[in-house]
Amino acid sequence: MTLLTVENLSKRFGGLQAVRDLSFTLGEGEIVALIGPNGAGKTTAFALISGFLIPDTGRVIFRGRDLAGLKPHQVNALGLARTFQIMRPFPRLTVVRNVMIATLGRHPDPSEAERRARAILAELGLADKADLPAGGLTLAERKRLELARALGTEPALLLLDEVMSGLNEVETERIVELIRAINRRGVAILLIEHVMRAVMSLAQRIVVLNYGERIAEGSPEAVAADPRVIEAYLGDEEVAGAPA
Amino acid sequence: MKPAALLVAVAVLLALPAVLNAYALTIFILILFYGFLAQAWNILGGYTGQLSVGHAAFVGVGGYTSAVLAANWAITPWLGMFVGAGLAAVLGAIIGYLGFRFGLRGFYFVLLTVAFAEVCRILVSNIDALGGALGLYITFTGNPRQFQFQDQRVYYYIALALMLLATAVAALIERRRFGIYLTAIREDEGACEALGVDTFRYKMLAMVVSSFLTGLGGTFYAFYLFSLQPNTVFGIPLSVEIIIRPIIGGAGTLLGPILGSFILTPLAELSRQYFGQSGLHGAHLIVYGLLLVSVVLFLPQGAYPYLRRLFNRA
Repeated sequence: MTLLTVENLSKRFGGLQAVRDLSFTLGEGEIVALIGPNGAGKTTAFALISGFLIPDTGRVIFRGRDLAGLKPHQVNALGLARTFQIMRPFPRLTVVRNVMIATLGRHPDPSEAERRARAILAELGLADKADLPAGGLTLAERKRLELARALGTEPALLLLDEVMSGLNEVETERIVELIRAINRRGVAILLIEHVMRAVMSLAQRIVVLNYGERIAEGSPEAVAADPRVIEAYLGDEEVAGAPA
Repeated sequence: MKPAALLVAVAVLLALPAVLNAYALTIFILILFYGFLAQAWNILGGYTGQLSVGHAAFVGVGGYTSAVLAANWAITPWLGMFVGAGLAAVLGAIIGYLGFRFGLRGFYFVLLTVAFAEVCRILVSNIDALGGALGLYITFTGNPRQFQFQDQRVYYYIALALMLLATAVAALIERRRFGIYLTAIREDEGACEALGVDTFRYKMLAMVVSSFLTGLGGTFYAFYLFSLQPNTVFGIPLSVEIIIRPIIGGAGTLLGPILGSFILTPLAELSRQYFGQSGLHGAHLIVYGLLLVSVVLFLPQGAYPYLRRLFNRA
């Protein structure tokens, strides 16, 4: 079953065509990675899909529903949650309050929302930080908090924007495991990622963007071997580092 | 504060008029009334972080409405009070709609609220039926049905009831989903939207509750002072009086606005009197300014969070 269909999506900022005629689909329970060099339009594509930006042309269908004209919070309520590349915790609220903002949507009673928020924090290894202000978390913890909040909205599809950038290998491995566990529960995942090792091990399918356009799509192995991809994005050092 | 401490504080406030002289009673009425306005503002400006510098407009709309209803249609201000508050809430909804729908944040929202209050002031100044620039004077009858009392202590208790009402509303909001959302909207609206929070709706709700409560205060203002002038009830100075208390006491906390009023109102009254006697009218504003600068520099979250930490440590 198709969960998400992106059709001919385009967005221009002044003289810059950020996304050009982008189409792809994502099935239920699937993990798809969106990769491409810096400035390829990945984050813009995320913003278009999640309702933060209005596309110039094209449309996004999620669970059979056209998302045109919906506000970000309405898109979220339908079961599509996103994280931000530049993390946006509520710094003065406690960690558990941060997650409660997400869980309250489906559980209006604050005590129930708090119970669920604490359960998610325990799962992501943040239980001991729950009652501290989010502003004091380390980078790795903030990445996990961003993930915890998105999970708190109980999505069917999770859009993860570089949740591994800046993490060391141990921390990256931990996030990869968490994403796998989330996916096993039936949550589909679309991820933007530069950490190729993680992309290769997680994604069932990869969509490659360059200058806002899709230049390749396929299994990790096929994409890694595609000469256009190597030319546009992977370059020599990345190919060497990626476990094909 | 613990519930027991709150009960003691309320009991003390209830008993206080028995021991106060007339001058002290007046100061306490102002403390409670400004504490009430500060708390009403706090719901929008403190918890939600939407800085309105036009809240005087709601006082004005509330006061003028009940005064005109009482004078022209013999409708008791006890009822007019709620009509006025309703109109203030409508004005709040209009300002909120324009500000929030078009995404005005920070200084732009401040300017919008100031502009609306100023437009109200100029409009009312030019409507003869509302007394024009001279304003409205209310004839004193001493009739409780007309919201008029011989005994000043009644005003004290009404002001106390208003302050407790606004505080109860704020406490109720704080505990519910609505209030939890408001504190997050103050921090980052975009992140709220990403987590499924309809920020427009909750900001509108906060605006309507805040302007309604402030509008209630307009009737008290009119029938306590027996006069309404556009320049005072719609003016920027009154808006500043309303916002400076929660900022000094602690915006976005339940007791901050009240603490702010207890600190600032006596200081304002005493310095106004002291400097007024020595011919330095307006010098109390310098005291305000110095206090505001020191609070922003040394206690950026206000006095209440600071005191709470101090007590928790002890």
